[in-house]
Amino acid sequence: MANFLTRRRWTNRLMIGLSGVAALIGMTLLALILGYTLVHGLSYINVDFLTNASKSVGEVGGGMRNEIIGTLILVGLASVIAIPVGLMTGLFLADFGSPNMASAFRFVADVLSGVPSIVVGVFTFAIVVKPMHSFSAFSGGIALAIIMIPIIARTAEEALRLVPVSQREAALALGITRWRSVLGVIIPGALTGIVTGIMLGVARIAGETAPLLFTALGSNFGVQGIFKPIGALPLQIYHFALSPFKDQQQQAWAGAFLLVVLVLLVSLIVRWLSRGKKY
Amino acid sequence: MVVADDIRKLSPDKPNMSYSAQIGALEVENLSAWYGKTLAVNNVSMRIKTKAITAIIGPSGCGKSTLIRCLNRMHENSNNGRVSGSVKLDGTDIYDPSIDPVAIRRRIGMVFQKPTPFPTMSIFDNVASGIRLTRLWSRRNQLAEVVEKSLRHAALWDEVKDKLDRSGASLSGGQQQRLCIARALAVEPEIILLDEPCSALDPIATLKIEDLMKILAVDYTIVIVTHNMQQAARVSDMAAFMMIDDKCAGTLVEYDETSRIFTNPRDKRTEDYITGRFG
Repeated sequence: MANFLTRRRWTNRLMIGLSGVAALIGMTLLALILGYTLVHGLSYINVDFLTNASKSVGEVGGGMRNEIIGTLILVGLASVIAIPVGLMTGLFLADFGSPNMASAFRFVADVLSGVPSIVVGVFTFAIVVKPMHSFSAFSGGIALAIIMIPIIARTAEEALRLVPVSQREAALALGITRWRSVLGVIIPGALTGIVTGIMLGVARIAGETAPLLFTALGSNFGVQGIFKPIGALPLQIYHFALSPFKDQQQQAWAGAFLLVVLVLLVSLIVRWLSRGKKY
Repeated sequence: MVVADDIRKLSPDKPNMSYSAQIGALEVENLSAWYGKTLAVNNVSMRIKTKAITAIIGPSGCGKSTLIRCLNRMHENSNNGRVSGSVKLDGTDIYDPSIDPVAIRRRIGMVFQKPTPFPTMSIFDNVASGIRLTRLWSRRNQLAEVVEKSLRHAALWDEVKDKLDRSGASLSGGQQQRLCIARALAVEPEIILLDEPCSALDPIATLKIEDLMKILAVDYTIVIVTHNMQQAARVSDMAAFMMIDDKCAGTLVEYDETSRIFTNPRDKRTEDYITGRFG
């Protein structure tokens, strides 16, 4: 009996210890990635980098102003497309769809969020870039939106589901139609969760590179409108990191730094938004 | 107390609501209710007394709540909820295919077991929500008057008049429940259904709700579900005793004046329940 208890106690300690070690490994890796990028990037980032356009190959100096603006435009375009579509899909999954339809759609959304981003890029190339005969910011926005939609849809669904049935029934019992109760009661109740999902989607697509290779392409001529090719931070990091020139490699580090800070910032906003969750 | 004349003056758009042509006579005929294939309420017929309090009592799981949810067509929102038979409101079957359940719920309000104020809304907005979200009419100054009238009617005005912009969730449980009653009154129903409104409240808050019910019964027809026999004896004019029959479905055993049910019941099962021999 005593023997048996001792063994259980030691198994318990072992498992707790192992999970602690695993957590430590994960944390260390994250700290290394962040630390390495931040330390390297910080030493190369400066006002010129933020405010100047890039120089031609081989020339020293220049910055990523156009790519920063390009990333903001691409993320903006993707959001404009993905937020309404994702939110409506989330509503369908949580509220309006019949259980069978909803579970089918949920499966599709989960598969879609697991599709490799390069496949999304090639797909968008085929259905948008080819017919329009041009790489463009527009097609880049669509590619990023395709990645963003399932993220928003699923987080919005979870957030909407957290609004208790009693709230829905209370609204119905007042003689409010379902659609009006969704707009007036359920979405406000789920708002922090929905916004959190949108921010998570933004954080995810801000750093995507592969879908932009075949769509936004990158541009040496600055921002020329949404139906022309456009530069983006991750694209430029990709190009410059492979460059043989020291100056461009350093700029790639600075770009990586900027991207990490951007994603961290968005994550912090998410934490701040969801601090006082109602449900 | 606000008298009927004041109310008519406050809402000139709807002069006849509640007080003359529509008296809110509710008649249940051969009503059965299912959850999927499970029969929950078996063939209940009863005529609800107008401008009085009718209590539905019985042991847990006897179909009391299901029955009351059939009276304003809330049951059909439950999982696979299904109803047969009829419920006539002023002679019109509310289950007639041409009848919009939303319109029925505007005339038959409901308050639930757990207080359900909308946590994203202020106290004022909670009371106004039924009007705003149904767009019955919404002139701002009128809205303020109706909110005050409803809160006074629900005996809550004095406690909240200085903090109407505070969240409805900031109130105590008893106040929240009276807020829900005020919210139901604001859309001017003729009938108010209360589904165990005091089971989450302390004795003092319970007493307040009971006093309030007696006052409201002057103007409204009230149906209350309770598993508290003392409460039924204290507040109701009529009492219906329900029990599970041999098919495990809730059935109406006896329906009579409360004084008679509690002093001289006709059915042996009622007597056994009243005297505490089971349940």
